[in-house]
Amino acid sequence: MLTRKRRRLGAKIAVFTGLCLGAAFAGLPVVWMLSTSFKPNGEVFAVPPKLFTKNFSFDAYTAILSDGAQLRFFLNSYVVALSVTALTLLVAILAAYGFSRYEFPLKKSINAVIISVQAVPPITLVIPYFGLVVTLGLYNTYPGLILTHMVFTLPYAIIMMTAYFNTLPKELDESVKVDGASSWTALWRVLVPVSVPGMVAVGVYTFMISWNEYLFALTLTRTDDMRTVPIGIQLLMGQHSYEWNQMMAMSILGSIPVLILFLLFQRRFIGGLTSGAVKA
Amino acid sequence: MNSAKLDHAPPAPPAPVAVVAPQTRAAPPGRARRFLAKSGAPFGYLSPTMILIFVLMIIPIVMVISYSFKDNVIVQQNSVFVGFANYTTVLTDPDFLAALKNTFVFITVSTVAHLVLGLGFALMLNTSLLSGWTKAIFRIIYILPWLFTVAVIAVIWRLMLDPSGVVNYLLTTLGGMQEGVNWLSDPGKALWALTFINIWAGFPFFMISILAGLQGISGDLYEAASVDGAGPVRQFWNVTIPQLRPVLISMAVLDLIWTSQQFALIWMTTGGGPLNVTEMLSTYTYKQAFSSYEFATASAAAVIVLLLTMVLAFFYVRLQKER
Repeated sequence: MLTRKRRRLGAKIAVFTGLCLGAAFAGLPVVWMLSTSFKPNGEVFAVPPKLFTKNFSFDAYTAILSDGAQLRFFLNSYVVALSVTALTLLVAILAAYGFSRYEFPLKKSINAVIISVQAVPPITLVIPYFGLVVTLGLYNTYPGLILTHMVFTLPYAIIMMTAYFNTLPKELDESVKVDGASSWTALWRVLVPVSVPGMVAVGVYTFMISWNEYLFALTLTRTDDMRTVPIGIQLLMGQHSYEWNQMMAMSILGSIPVLILFLLFQRRFIGGLTSGAVKA
Repeated sequence: MNSAKLDHAPPAPPAPVAVVAPQTRAAPPGRARRFLAKSGAPFGYLSPTMILIFVLMIIPIVMVISYSFKDNVIVQQNSVFVGFANYTTVLTDPDFLAALKNTFVFITVSTVAHLVLGLGFALMLNTSLLSGWTKAIFRIIYILPWLFTVAVIAVIWRLMLDPSGVVNYLLTTLGGMQEGVNWLSDPGKALWALTFINIWAGFPFFMISILAGLQGISGDLYEAASVDGAGPVRQFWNVTIPQLRPVLISMAVLDLIWTSQQFALIWMTTGGGPLNVTEMLSTYTYKQAFSSYEFATASAAAVIVLLLTMVLAFFYVRLQKER
């Protein structure tokens, strides 16, 4: 009995130690970024390295936030990511309604195309996109970025929204149609209002993809006033002679929207995944 | 998708919270329903999607394939058909072959490490030995790397792996290493450093999925196994692994696809250098197009990348069908 208890305690200590080692691997780089952002730049590579500096300050953050060029990156990222989110939701809701509520010729093939779009490598698309965007006069503009980001966000949004609509009973929209309303009214007046949780999940995910996108933002814009945050972080590496504290502050500021969205919707994100796997 | 590092696929949508009471009204007669379907309403709803996919996917793929058989594209007028000349150029370019080899090493090592780490962390997080709160805190810490965009990950690791950075400090003082290493500029180490960064960035998504899979395994199976006298190790190999097999295999194929598409991380840490040791198919193609302005050969490389991805995607679809 005693040995059994002891063995259990031993296992507990072993698992806890393993978890702590894993947490150090996963978390220490993030802690180090945070710590560096509060240091004066001269102290970044001090020997021995210090986690907590005596000269703690928010100087790096104020430097970023008072620099119009840096703020412009944030403005660009918000404009692009919010537009992509709104447009993706609109187009995906319409498509999902078609997939969920109708049978029609070529339904399976169209669905297969939408799914396979997800596997196409961005590097394959970026060359013709460059040609297209220049031809259409969208080079170095918001619409050029917004449109091309949608190629990543749309397939998954349609798949997610269709799955969501499929969980809602058909009687819901058909009852409105019997009263003489069109399917259009049924969609916007009945289905969309009860689909807010699904739309939030799709919207959050779409926002994150667009906010983080790098390759298209790099190739389809040219001037600094059109660059987004990920490119801004990279530019900071070149132009200042390695202001590490400012680079870390910019990285943290650039991660905040995604971190907040994740913390707010964490349960929905992980829970959705978990419940999906249990059902399968 | 990665670049969407968060390119990592998202979770399934949550089940609707509000369960609406079933309506008692009669459904419309079959004829009316058939009329609606025939009237083209579904195509109306799908038209924005179909136009976007046509413009953003079908046309570009046709364009890139046609570029790959021509010369003088995009930057010059009067392009001429050159057959497979661009493909010959690419496939005999030692830089391309090096990129192919590097990509292979990068994606296989990353995927295997993601699987092992994801499984290990998921098993520890699934333990019944610790309280739910403790596990919830660890879970958030473990998900952290997944929440940062590739640009941020690149900057963090350039700071950590700097020759006078904290990793070298720890290795020289605690690890007994003689002198600091320039991880990202040493041709013998850069590919491994880059792979390590990618492993750090990508394991959380595996962990979350495997954890979900673990929680879906019925406790009865473990009970039956322990009645038969199987210890924890035998239970792991005879119950856990077979039950997780479909999740593990499809995650691995997806990860091979995603990792092969990784561009931003490589571009922002090593840029393919030093001496091409971290050149990947994605950086090779990018440089051909946007550094050398050889859009025709870049297109040939891009089509080869597309074909390789299609082979992987084909396996993925086959696996999904088997499930």
